[in-house]
Amino acid sequence: MIILLVALVVSTFAALVIGRQTIDPSAIFHDSLSRTLFFRLRLPRVLMGLVIGSSLAMSGGALQALFRNPLADPFMLGVSGGGALGASVAIALGWSARVGGIPIVFLASFAGALAAVSLVKALASSGAATMPGTLLLSGVAVNLISGAAVLTIQYLTDPASALRILRWLVGSLDVVGLEPVGRMVLVLLPAWIALLAFSRQLNLIAIDEDTAVTLGVNVRRCETAVHALCALIVGVTVSAGGAIGFIGLLAPHAVRLLFGEDLRIVLPGSLLLGAAFLVLADALGRTALPSTELPVGAVTGLIGGPLFLWLLRRRQQFSAL
Amino acid sequence: MRQPWFDARNLEYAYGAYLAVRNVSLSVQHASMTAIIGANGSGKSTLIRMLAGLLEPRRGSITLEGVALNRWNPRLRARQIAYVPQATPVAFPFRAMDIVLSGRTPHAPRYRFEDAQDSEKALAALDFAGAAHLADRPFTSLSGGERQMVVLARALAQEPRLLLLDEPSSSLDLKHRADLIRTLSRLRETTQLAVLMITHDLQLTSAFDQIIAMRCGEVAAQGTAREVLNDALLRDVYGDPNIRSLHSGDQTLVWVEL
Repeated sequence: MIILLVALVVSTFAALVIGRQTIDPSAIFHDSLSRTLFFRLRLPRVLMGLVIGSSLAMSGGALQALFRNPLADPFMLGVSGGGALGASVAIALGWSARVGGIPIVFLASFAGALAAVSLVKALASSGAATMPGTLLLSGVAVNLISGAAVLTIQYLTDPASALRILRWLVGSLDVVGLEPVGRMVLVLLPAWIALLAFSRQLNLIAIDEDTAVTLGVNVRRCETAVHALCALIVGVTVSAGGAIGFIGLLAPHAVRLLFGEDLRIVLPGSLLLGAAFLVLADALGRTALPSTELPVGAVTGLIGGPLFLWLLRRRQQFSAL
Repeated sequence: MRQPWFDARNLEYAYGAYLAVRNVSLSVQHASMTAIIGANGSGKSTLIRMLAGLLEPRRGSITLEGVALNRWNPRLRARQIAYVPQATPVAFPFRAMDIVLSGRTPHAPRYRFEDAQDSEKALAALDFAGAAHLADRPFTSLSGGERQMVVLARALAQEPRLLLLDEPSSSLDLKHRADLIRTLSRLRETTQLAVLMITHDLQLTSAFDQIIAMRCGEVAAQGTAREVLNDALLRDVYGDPNIRSLHSGDQTLVWVEL
């Protein structure tokens, strides 16, 4: 855990310094341009990366246990597709107002994400019980349908709107000022803590649902709560950062490889590692190409995809994929 | 008459329109061993799942110490009754020791890791189940029989007073089947453990005080091995006219002429 903490601190510091404009930490104190750049753009962006990275990673770890499927990921809930669709509709309709200081586009994205989750949940639990397999497939289907709808909207609207929609499709940590990050933390922090409180029960559910019941766990209540918490966490992150993939898969698996399967370690570990990973990926995206910035979602996909395949090959013991 | 410690009355369960268990009553006393036998699909697993609190009976009642099973606090109930399922399909490579430690859940404080005493008890349970050498192996890498031993150890670490087992010996070899029965008999002597076990291995039943034979969701016969395991009843229960049985001393030998 200390290793992860050190990794997080180092990567955060690195991400704060490097960028299109390298900021010399000492310059913040006497150079006003550096100071503005640092506090208005760089610091909020890095903090956003930390918050989104930890959120996606921890909910990924929780969802894998909940569905007893090592390949589950926040986006399997259909949430990324729904979020992108909500944002696209708002952008295409030209809604630019704010409600309570929050741009409507973000609210629409959050609503879309939650709607998708509820739809997926309803589709999967039409039988007597929620089937993990059905849930995943419903999520994939909802994601595909929303993706198609987003593409249709993009095709029909003007180029400027289409470009703005792209932000939710590929994911980005663009943010100005600290307020949006503060608002997110206000919602996310309690949700993180609540999710961590379920980690022992999730352990038992990850082993076997029936056994968990006979060990005194209220499985239905725990599953509903974890599902709702993950939907909330991912909904908030998607509405702010768009569809940033693979972190929810990568971070928990890396922590499992290092520290074993116990979710009481995997969940907080993922929180730290996911934050470090996303912040580094974003720093890489900002500096990799001299001419332009790569969206962070593209970077996590490009690094995360192959890394995930490698992890998969190393872990042939999985009995159920 | 005093009500039995664990008592099930007129249980009924249906999957949709299919009646899987009907009008089954049984009771279990401390330090007793009960075997449930019957053909595939005769309702044995459905019955044991109701007794474990996993299925809510459509009709009938289950009581433990005179209190309805579904009125028990789940954690307190978990200290009384442990359940070993037919198979445990674990998707993640938890260590065998992790699985056994999970059996300590009903005894451990909710927001703390298991302590040294829990680990000690888990190790003792593994040892008791003859699986101490598997402690550090990933559960997903174990064979069917090894998994059954680890899951048994998990149930023993739970320190229950009633142990419900659904075909715990189906993947075990001859020696380990005997070891299982010896372990259960010893626990009955030392801790007053009550055992209720589904089995297809009729040779094992000689160690049990009570045999319940099920046919088509109903109890076809109930009694000692000598009373229940006779040619006529076995042929009826399993639906094969070529079944033979032989009693010799305490042992019962059942075979099918091919």
